[in-house]
Amino acid sequence: MKALDLKLIRDLLRLKSQVVSIAAIVACGSATVIAMRSTLDSIQRARDDYYDRARFPQIFASLKRAPESIARRIERVQGVGSVETRIVASAVLDVPGLSESATGYFVSVPPEGEPTLSALYIRNGRQLSPRAEGEVLVNELFAEANKIRPGDSLAAVINGRWERLRVVGIALSPEFIFNAVPGIGMFADNKHVAILWMRRNALGPLYQMDGAFNDVVATLAPGANESAVIASIDDILRRFGGGHAYGRKDQLSNNVLSGEIEQLRVFGTAMPFVFLSVAAFLLNVVLSRLVATQREEIAVLKAFGYTNRRIGVHFLGYALAAVALGAVGGIALGIWVGRKYTALYVAFFRFPSFEHYSSAVLIASAVLVSAIAAITGALFSVRAAIRLAPAEAMRPPAPTAYRPLLLERLGFGAFLSTGTRMLFRNLERRPIRTVASVIGVAFSAAILVVGTFAFDSARYMSDIQFRTAQREDIAVGFTNPRHLRVRRELAEVHGITRIELYRSTPVRIWNGQRSRQLGLTGVEPEAMLRRLVDRSGRHYRLPAGGLVMTSALAKVLEIAPGDTVILELLERGGERRFVPVVALLDEMIGFNAYMARTDVNALLREGPSASGAYISVVPEELNAVVKHLGLFPAVAGSVTREAMLKSFDEQIAESMRLTVIIVVSLASVVALGVIYNGIRISFSERARELASLRVLGFSRREVATLLFGEQGIIDVLGAPLGLLLGLGLAYWIATGFATESYRFPVVVTARTYVFSLAVVFTMAVAASVAMRGRVYKLDLVAVLKTRE
Amino acid sequence: MIPATSGGAQRPLLVSRPSVRKDTIIDRRNIDVEVTPRRAVFEVHQLSKIYRMGDVEVAALRSLDMKLFAGELLVLLGASGSGKSTLLNILGGLDVPTSGTVRFLDHDLTSANDAELTRYRREHVGFVFQFYNLIPSLTALENVELVTDISDNPMKAADALAVVGLTDRASHFPAQMSGGEQQRVAIARAIAKRPDVLLCDEPTGALDYETGKLVLRAIDRINRELGTTTAVITHNAAIAGMADRVIRMTSGGIAEERLNAKRLSPEELSW
Repeated sequence: MKALDLKLIRDLLRLKSQVVSIAAIVACGSATVIAMRSTLDSIQRARDDYYDRARFPQIFASLKRAPESIARRIERVQGVGSVETRIVASAVLDVPGLSESATGYFVSVPPEGEPTLSALYIRNGRQLSPRAEGEVLVNELFAEANKIRPGDSLAAVINGRWERLRVVGIALSPEFIFNAVPGIGMFADNKHVAILWMRRNALGPLYQMDGAFNDVVATLAPGANESAVIASIDDILRRFGGGHAYGRKDQLSNNVLSGEIEQLRVFGTAMPFVFLSVAAFLLNVVLSRLVATQREEIAVLKAFGYTNRRIGVHFLGYALAAVALGAVGGIALGIWVGRKYTALYVAFFRFPSFEHYSSAVLIASAVLVSAIAAITGALFSVRAAIRLAPAEAMRPPAPTAYRPLLLERLGFGAFLSTGTRMLFRNLERRPIRTVASVIGVAFSAAILVVGTFAFDSARYMSDIQFRTAQREDIAVGFTNPRHLRVRRELAEVHGITRIELYRSTPVRIWNGQRSRQLGLTGVEPEAMLRRLVDRSGRHYRLPAGGLVMTSALAKVLEIAPGDTVILELLERGGERRFVPVVALLDEMIGFNAYMARTDVNALLREGPSASGAYISVVPEELNAVVKHLGLFPAVAGSVTREAMLKSFDEQIAESMRLTVIIVVSLASVVALGVIYNGIRISFSERARELASLRVLGFSRREVATLLFGEQGIIDVLGAPLGLLLGLGLAYWIATGFATESYRFPVVVTARTYVFSLAVVFTMAVAASVAMRGRVYKLDLVAVLKTRE
Repeated sequence: MIPATSGGAQRPLLVSRPSVRKDTIIDRRNIDVEVTPRRAVFEVHQLSKIYRMGDVEVAALRSLDMKLFAGELLVLLGASGSGKSTLLNILGGLDVPTSGTVRFLDHDLTSANDAELTRYRREHVGFVFQFYNLIPSLTALENVELVTDISDNPMKAADALAVVGLTDRASHFPAQMSGGEQQRVAIARAIAKRPDVLLCDEPTGALDYETGKLVLRAIDRINRELGTTTAVITHNAAIAGMADRVIRMTSGGIAEERLNAKRLSPEELSW
């Protein structure tokens, strides 16, 4: 081994705690790259593989009822590959062990054999027997949430009659990787939403759908134009109550899955960037100091004829050592966190096989990115080493020049104690390093804010949704629009205190060439259970005489209040009506449009009718009411607010636990790395000064206060700045996620801020404790003997 | 003239302030060095200091006995490695001996812990070092204030600077001053607390001839005018001329001790 390499190794050993703390930050950087990207890859792989193998359709359409012969017409549409018609229906479910009722979403499978599209994967139990009646398969997420096993029984209210259903198997479908069905809430509710597959010969008669279908899915032929195919299918189905076919993009489960993938992509880019910037900065500071203390050694090396290149490589070696060490830890940590994260997604997404997968290319690129960051950070100090002229390096560096503080120059010097002056002058003398340290500390606080604000936002959204907008106890949907007389029937149920009926219908809103398809909800103007609520929680009375739409939708369609739009009524085969837009509502999620229920009835040229009801009940009667409502033939399904809220809170709590642990660990590593190195470097630069103070009679505590005080000022400046930075990054990420219909609100609670500050200051104390021993053991005699 | 009365409320200390009445010690330029009875500020008995360097033991001090008397200016001469710095460090409470005892007035320094030694340095000792050891981020005046801030009965910092003739450099930072000026600031800093002893370790070691003399003049003046007991260590034999008493050390022991019949002023020294 060459002597210079020995020097490198021994220096590294001497500086081991600094090297390790930088390596830890490099490790966090490469770990976040690997963890997030490998989770992303894993989900993408599982999804693509599953979509491919199970023949996930590309076109989805629902309608009221069409004879099976129409399927032939759809097959003949140019660009359509395979077509599969089905019967789908919602029903109230009675689940063993669940006090409240659940909503079952039935999907038919052919009387014999397997569906050609959206093939089912049987996880447990068996496939439905051919032409079996009374047998169902249930989806895995629901089965798990309710501990349902093959052999168990469920009861469903189908067209007002209790039907007993035997679960023969637990199944997965590419259409329900995420457990969401049309019309039910915006959050996953695995406990109360079930997907059930039933033979078509059994399901059809229950809904008078023999020889007919109300749902169709199709694949596209290679090279087909999706929107052209959708338009053709809409043309065919319009007179059967269809006409609003959509592609994968709008398929619920796929939409949620894509959103999650996009989120991982944003975080997987933003977080490593933060870590690697901090690591680069720390390397720069530590190496600059190393070069400064080794001036004479560098001079001697140069005097003996070592080339600049050799010396440059030598100093780069320190950075590469930190990268190598960090990469080893980062790969292990990244794969471990990636596994945990991937496992976390199993609570939301179900694939037949969902293995954590981290490719060699990903790992190599994570290491490469880390190395580039480290080398960038090291280059400045390496350049300083190369630039040293041998003769100049032999002399001690010029004494550092100080000057009075700006504050003192302004005449406020009298208010500062001698110690305080020392602290601030030291900070002022190296403005770049001070600012960089402040930013480093700020980043650690920012990581905490940005890593956990999503939970605050989700809680805020749930609060607005479940406490301000949605105030009913039970929401029920009818199988078909019903005459308002239904109110009287409902009112007879014991325990119901208020009923508000609504009428919803699918529409396409046109403004010139622009259009969007969505659900128009007709509500009671005096509604109290479902209110129009904007993103800040203010609620509005529905104005009469026109349409209210969400601002996001208005923006997409370029509509201002007062404009008139064309409503294409999909339920009425695409009939068009002109309707004025009277107001915009700034909702958080979705493209929604509202009108008075009576106005919707008028648009549809129907009598006073409703498609569902919002109901409030006497609290102790809730379960009884839900059970009772299930017996109504009119009721297709019901959702209780309480159950949704509870299941939402449970989900948040689960994913929050792991995320908080990871985020706190990462932020702590950054905070500790920045603060410890800050004190350590300051200590090595000022050991002599501190020893002098000790000799003059300053106690160990007083000297430690001076040393830690300097870092303390940086922490006190940096941490609150970090909260702001975190908030900024949160807005940046929220903007990154915003789709045209979905804007994530950025909400950070005081608790999150306080928690972030607490973590940073805890690390500051930890770093001080770690350094205290060195300060206390300062060798006064040795330090004083050395030349400055 | 600088006010030089000892006083102020005394806190109970490990080491009480010496009862030497400083104001009784006046300019002694023409007084016989044999002042009797002489009161010992330091009494060192059988002092040994052994450093372990790897497997080798190095004895820096070997069973050394000596005294430092109130008000005297002692010069400790010796080559490098003779043990003079080790002795000074132990007297100053920077280091502890391996064996033997060191008494400061009626208190034992050998059994003091770090906190007690810190308090001892803070209240009784003024240090001057070869490399000045000023705080670079503080001006001359502030460097002195650093000490007066933590002392019970200090001089005004500006007065201390006046003693060393640096009133006009008060607002300069160390980087803006010459070596000699920096060393004089260090002396001002050492005396500002009115220490009982002033310990100087090679105070002229890093200075040229003329500047060195300027610094010695400051030390001499403080010893004469304030009566501060002073020990100066140096390898420069010429400096011995300004002392009341000279101790020459070799190999951790005292090789020679002599009294100067006449104390020379720093101007009369040459090397």
